Amino acid sequence: MSLFGLSLPLLAQGTPAVPMSEVVIAPELWWAGLIMLLPLLSLVLCGLCAAFKVKSKLPAVITTVCLAGAFITSVFLFLNYTPPGDVVPLLDWINLSWGSGQFESFSANFSLYIDSLSLLWIMFVTGLATLITIYASEYMEPDLGKGYSRFFAGVSVFIFAMSALVLSDNLLMLYLGWEGVGFASYWLIGYYYKRPAAVAAAKKAFIVNRIGDLGLALAVYLIWTTFGTVQYDELMTVIQDGSYKTVYDGWTISVIPFLLMLAAFGKSAQLPLYVWLPDAMEGPTPVSALIHAATMVTAGIYLVARTYPLFMLEPVSLHVVAWVGGLTALLAATIGMAQYDIKRIMAYSTISQLGFMFLGLGVLSTYGAAYHVFTHAFFKAVLFLACGAIMHGFAGQLDLRKISGLRHIKGWRIVAWTMFVGAIALAGFPFTAGYFSKDAILAEAFVTQGPGFEILGWMAIVTAGMTAYYTFRVWFRVCAGPVQFEPGDELHGDDAHDNGGEFHPHAPRFAINSVLIIIAIGSVVAIVPYFMSNQADAQITGGWIADMVHDSTAVDGVPTHTAVVVGHADQAHDHGHPTLLGMDPHYAMYWISGTVGMVGLFLAAWLHLWRRSDADALRGWLRGHAFVSWLPRAMERKWYVDEVYIALIRLPLWILGHIFFAFDRFIIDGIFVDGVARIPRGVARWLQPLQSGAVQSHAVVMAGGIGLIILLMALFIQFGWFGGVL
Amino acid sequence: MSMLASDTFAAVSLAHALLLSGALMAIGMAGFLSRRNLIVMFLCTELMFQAAIVAMVAFGRWYWDFSGQIFVIFILTVAAAEAALALALVVLLFRRRSTLDAEAWTELRE
Repeated sequence: MSLFGLSLPLLAQGTPAVPMSEVVIAPELWWAGLIMLLPLLSLVLCGLCAAFKVKSKLPAVITTVCLAGAFITSVFLFLNYTPPGDVVPLLDWINLSWGSGQFESFSANFSLYIDSLSLLWIMFVTGLATLITIYASEYMEPDLGKGYSRFFAGVSVFIFAMSALVLSDNLLMLYLGWEGVGFASYWLIGYYYKRPAAVAAAKKAFIVNRIGDLGLALAVYLIWTTFGTVQYDELMTVIQDGSYKTVYDGWTISVIPFLLMLAAFGKSAQLPLYVWLPDAMEGPTPVSALIHAATMVTAGIYLVARTYPLFMLEPVSLHVVAWVGGLTALLAATIGMAQYDIKRIMAYSTISQLGFMFLGLGVLSTYGAAYHVFTHAFFKAVLFLACGAIMHGFAGQLDLRKISGLRHIKGWRIVAWTMFVGAIALAGFPFTAGYFSKDAILAEAFVTQGPGFEILGWMAIVTAGMTAYYTFRVWFRVCAGPVQFEPGDELHGDDAHDNGGEFHPHAPRFAINSVLIIIAIGSVVAIVPYFMSNQADAQITGGWIADMVHDSTAVDGVPTHTAVVVGHADQAHDHGHPTLLGMDPHYAMYWISGTVGMVGLFLAAWLHLWRRSDADALRGWLRGHAFVSWLPRAMERKWYVDEVYIALIRLPLWILGHIFFAFDRFIIDGIFVDGVARIPRGVARWLQPLQSGAVQSHAVVMAGGIGLIILLMALFIQFGWFGGVL
Repeated sequence: MSMLASDTFAAVSLAHALLLSGALMAIGMAGFLSRRNLIVMFLCTELMFQAAIVAMVAFGRWYWDFSGQIFVIFILTVAAAEAALALALVVLLFRRRSTLDAEAWTELRE
């Protein structure tokens, strides 16, 4: 059998090829708990700042210091853990046992599972969070003394929950973190709670995520009933040795991955649950960059990677993951091409890139997915932060038609060029980080056999071209071309103070600029892990990240799993490897994706830099011809997905809600509650005239009553039990 | 002496006493229902009281049981105390509204 046969039928039998490496219990790494404790501390301190109405930047300083501490701790943890992984017990939480059998115990403790996957995640999460809080310290300045502490408290909650999600050693604590990040996301999207759009977006994000959360809750439950544990190390062991088969009743193993998938698609904004992410851009931009681009939305990728062996038990689930990812990538890219709001474009781009990551997971390139998460975190963060700087400086202006030539405006060069660095990486320009990470996924689509994976691969290549186009559409429109701008509608007091009220964009200062530069450098340096290999195993040539993923649960249970993580060509490819254009797909992809990236970039340059009028002409031509006029309209209207959801889900629910409301109002309240209460009231109203208040009339009633009693007694005495009368 | 008393009482039958009691009761009730002066109404209640006392004495005699008369002693004592209280109340009510008309006190309706 070839290494790249990856024979899925074999997977279906669940045959483990590589024995599970033992995970070590390492209580001496207790200080890893600081990664969770420091954000918690920061939350408490920010809460105190809010309580004492601190007017300075103290909350930002506290949060930055705490998150930097968490980042340094995670780096130390990376240097001190023992591969393949450590479990660090912190606190006992749930530790039940009612027998000695496999299904007679349930433990879910606050323990940390330190392996390469969680370390990879926690390092970029805390690192980027530190930088973005520095950025936010300047960005949130207009709210100093108002929502400033609330904002940083929200960020602290988010990092606390995210670290719980990433570091937990069991699915229950992961679930806690999962809900926690959802809550933090709700908190921060709705930060401007006086704006109805922000409130609606926050609710939408929360409610859509609840659907996914239901999937996760059910999955955790089924995993326990099927495998008898929710702790990763035990779970992986049970899957490896197949002992669950003694009680396995057939259907749960096939259902679990789909439930996990639902959760992942909700959190990571994939079809059909992606609709919340574009609206989430109502939050402050640092939040969009941190939570809705770099970190939280990758939680779904993390979940699938973490529970990958469960997906391997049901190969169809991976095919679904791949197809949903690929379709989402394409759909979101087409929407992104036609939007005018630069933050929205970035949001759709995030959805599209997350689609690529799921495609990578689906085509057995966990390495590619993890690497793309890593590079994407940097370049998407820098793009968002640049958009945020523009929005901040131009009074909320986000329309790419209304700002132009940013790179020529004094004070904006750093923003323009760091944005350029992010844009070329996102566009997959050759030799950028995005180019290598995307190629790893695209090539694997042609290597792995699956239903229509080749079509999927070509679809993803087209999507990559679109990505280059929409990314540079933004950059050429906003940063290049002649200098022109109009302010948005969120004028600050200091925007128009000189030159008789003429608008002057206020350029970002030190904090924003330095963070932009650092993250831009990071998005360049993110290519280094691709070429860096520290593993002795020659089979693994995907670089440092591949090593990292190789050691984690993401590939345990994968037969011949070294083959899966091989990022590019090596001697293993000789054995019946599928080819693409007569070449090894991994080589071919360098040429193909490089080319489509250049084509997309060229198109963007033509339509949005050299001949901007042609873009309008093209749009006019498309709209003028009946057979294609629907296309630009549908793309601009986001394929009417929101409208379809309103018609299919919101409207029926709205109607149902009103029916329930009417039932409650008229049947429950009207008949049962109020109806019962009306009985004594009616009786009282009937007897009310007796209470005239006049002593005499009371006395008459009394006398009449006594008379009646006497009469009855007389009758009783006369006839006995009224027998004669009645 | 005892014979005389006995004879005297023998002439007065239970029916007489009960008729007296009933008459007192009727007069008291008629007065209570028809008059609005608080003092008169109070006196009417006293009349009805006396009706009860008369009935009790009569029944005590009829059954040759003295507990009826013992009761009467108690009732008279209580009635004396009650009369003092009721008159005090009437005085207070008069001070509030400076009228003795019972119509002035109809707040407890409805």
